[in-house]
Amino acid sequence: MTTANPSIDQANALPLKEKLAKTTAIQRRRAFLLTLPLVLFLLISFVFPIGQMLFNSIHNDKVSAVVPDFATAIQTWDGQGLPSEKVFEIFVKDLAKAKKVREVGRTVGNMATRINYEMPGSRSLFTKSARKAGKIKQGPYKEALIKIDKKWANPQVWLTLQRASHDISPSFYVAAMDMKYNETGEIVKADELYQIYLNNFVKTLWLAALITFICVLLAYPVAYLLSVLPLRQSNLLMIMVLLPFWTSLLVRTTAWIAILQTEGVINDLLVYFGVIGDDGRIQMIYNQTGTIIAMVHILLPFMILPLYSVMKTIQPTYMRAALSMGSKPFYAYRRVYLPQTIPGLAAGTLLVFILAIGYYITPALVGGQDGLLISNLIAYHIQKSLNWSLGAALGTMLLVVVLLLYWIYNRLIGIDKLRFG
Amino acid sequence: MINFLQNFINNKGRAYFFLALATIVVVLLTGTIKAAVGFLLIFGIPLYFMEKMHDYATTGERFTRYMFLVISASVLVFLIAPVLIIMPLSFNAEPYFTFTEGMLSFDSEAYSSRWYLDILHNGMKAPAAIEGWWSDMWNNAQWIRAARNSFFIATVSAIIATTLGTLAALGLSRPEMPYRALITSLLISPMIVPLVITATGMFFFYSSIGIAKTYTGVILAHVTLGVPFVIITVTATLSGFDMSLVRASQNMGANGWTTFRRIIMPLILPGMISGALFAFITSLDEVVAVLFIADVEQRTIPRQMFSGIREQISPTILAVASILVVMSVALLTVLELLRRRSERLRGMSPG
Repeated sequence: MTTANPSIDQANALPLKEKLAKTTAIQRRRAFLLTLPLVLFLLISFVFPIGQMLFNSIHNDKVSAVVPDFATAIQTWDGQGLPSEKVFEIFVKDLAKAKKVREVGRTVGNMATRINYEMPGSRSLFTKSARKAGKIKQGPYKEALIKIDKKWANPQVWLTLQRASHDISPSFYVAAMDMKYNETGEIVKADELYQIYLNNFVKTLWLAALITFICVLLAYPVAYLLSVLPLRQSNLLMIMVLLPFWTSLLVRTTAWIAILQTEGVINDLLVYFGVIGDDGRIQMIYNQTGTIIAMVHILLPFMILPLYSVMKTIQPTYMRAALSMGSKPFYAYRRVYLPQTIPGLAAGTLLVFILAIGYYITPALVGGQDGLLISNLIAYHIQKSLNWSLGAALGTMLLVVVLLLYWIYNRLIGIDKLRFG
Repeated sequence: MINFLQNFINNKGRAYFFLALATIVVVLLTGTIKAAVGFLLIFGIPLYFMEKMHDYATTGERFTRYMFLVISASVLVFLIAPVLIIMPLSFNAEPYFTFTEGMLSFDSEAYSSRWYLDILHNGMKAPAAIEGWWSDMWNNAQWIRAARNSFFIATVSAIIATTLGTLAALGLSRPEMPYRALITSLLISPMIVPLVITATGMFFFYSSIGIAKTYTGVILAHVTLGVPFVIITVTATLSGFDMSLVRASQNMGANGWTTFRRIIMPLILPGMISGALFAFITSLDEVVAVLFIADVEQRTIPRQMFSGIREQISPTILAVASILVVMSVALLTVLELLRRRSERLRGMSPG
């Protein structure tokens, strides 16, 4: 006779459950610990630096670091007319003090550059006034400063100074969006001539889309061919895809320069066959065309490989079934084959587009003037013009687009499905 | 009439007749045999494959198939031609980037290895000296120094990336891994984030802690950029990994380290080696981070090429490029052999 004894069962069950939970917890921790070194490494060497750099886009203390007392004093000003005599006094004293500072990032020159971004042509106003500020020993400071330069009587200078005194401000995003502050401090569209960033952004997206589209057109037949050929032949042709894929980016860019330049292989061939005259050589590089051709060549394998891996899994019997049931070949292709390749198309398209919008090296080398992308502008502001905050603001905008696409890629395909070769 | 034409085209072998006719026309038009050879290659090979189609294919099908083959062949040529064309160009005797008359008529005078010698000599104090040329070249020749830098940086970063990456991949492929999706996308993100942003961030941060313009800085950057490739390849190898082998080993009393060394490691070794090669070549090819972080002291081959293309373009760059292509061929061969070995080990393919 067996009678169930619930109390004993429960007594046994509870520890078992706990034990299991404990073991799982240990295993989870162990798995996590294996990834921990790399996660920590990337956090320090990759995530934190980028985060810090992006922080630069809203953070700029070039004014408050140079004239700290003034930066607090100006905040009390209501923006009407000119600031009070007291504010002028603090400014003159701060300026005279700042003149002696030599530390990089805290000089009057740094502040002048910062204001110059928003008021082009105002740089000398600060450097000149800083030189003479030490000589102003007593009030009225307002008149004395205006005597040095009449621009100090312009309220716009003070408005700009007040705005820039905030360490955290959106002013670099305003600039990156091709906008500016007008005389009264409202955000308006910048003059036509200065609208470069948004236009370049649009151009980058458009070129990336065009390159992706060309890649789809070129990759689709090749991937199909590779997927239907017998293994031995397809392996041979695969080398033609993989070799350029593994060849150095600079090697391929160099090759395109050799091929496309006016004294290069293609122009020579065209002249040789009499298609064009010797004086009619076509400019195919150092412009947008060059960028597009070289980038298509470089990114094409990223489209072929995912397409190929999807096409290889498609059973040829489906197409045969459609055809045997009387479908026209094109209709069968469109309704039966094409839908099955969508995952590969999506993977390739997203990957190529993501890589294309962030491209730097190829446009920098073969892009000339009109082939430059947003990455080149970012690099220009970081390395040449040294307007780091603006570069960071542009970088943030680019990064947001890329991370959004990356998120979509992850949701649709899963980055862990990525394979090379 | 149309019926007659269709019959004519559909008959096997007729297409070859057309091809021969067209080739003769090309020869007559251009007056060279070279053009005819090119013409035959581009149009003849697809024709050969088309002719192998079943007999009942319609004209439309044949035409579609022919166009498809021509387009595919052209794309493949587009892919491979630039990589191959630089090799003969690098033997140009003249300082040009194109084929000279002499090269096209296979005149041996028009070919020379001077640009390869230039790789060795450029920057040397006394290229003609008999004594001490070796140390002069080793220490002063620009390309040699760049190559030494490249290989040093690539080797060290590949080793670090493979060690960290393999550990992480082992963790990621465990079934009980928490936040797997999130961590995987974090670890692969260096491949996705635009290089300019990564390089800029690193430049500021590394400058602030004083490792910009040092080997350490460049190596850290290259480890970061190489890690995603290691993760992807090793995870792929582990995806077919039989976990019962680990349990069997533990059953027999092996500890974690022994299990890894004797059971897991030999099986995932092909994946690890390909991951290491990927990381190596990523570092060898990387130029953006080097542009931002490195100094003249740490100049690598791609950095040297970059300034070469920008400042004084000479066929020496083509010679360097050709050497790099040969290296990629060797690397690709190794990768392919490893892939086959890995598939064999996991019993995925009989060969």
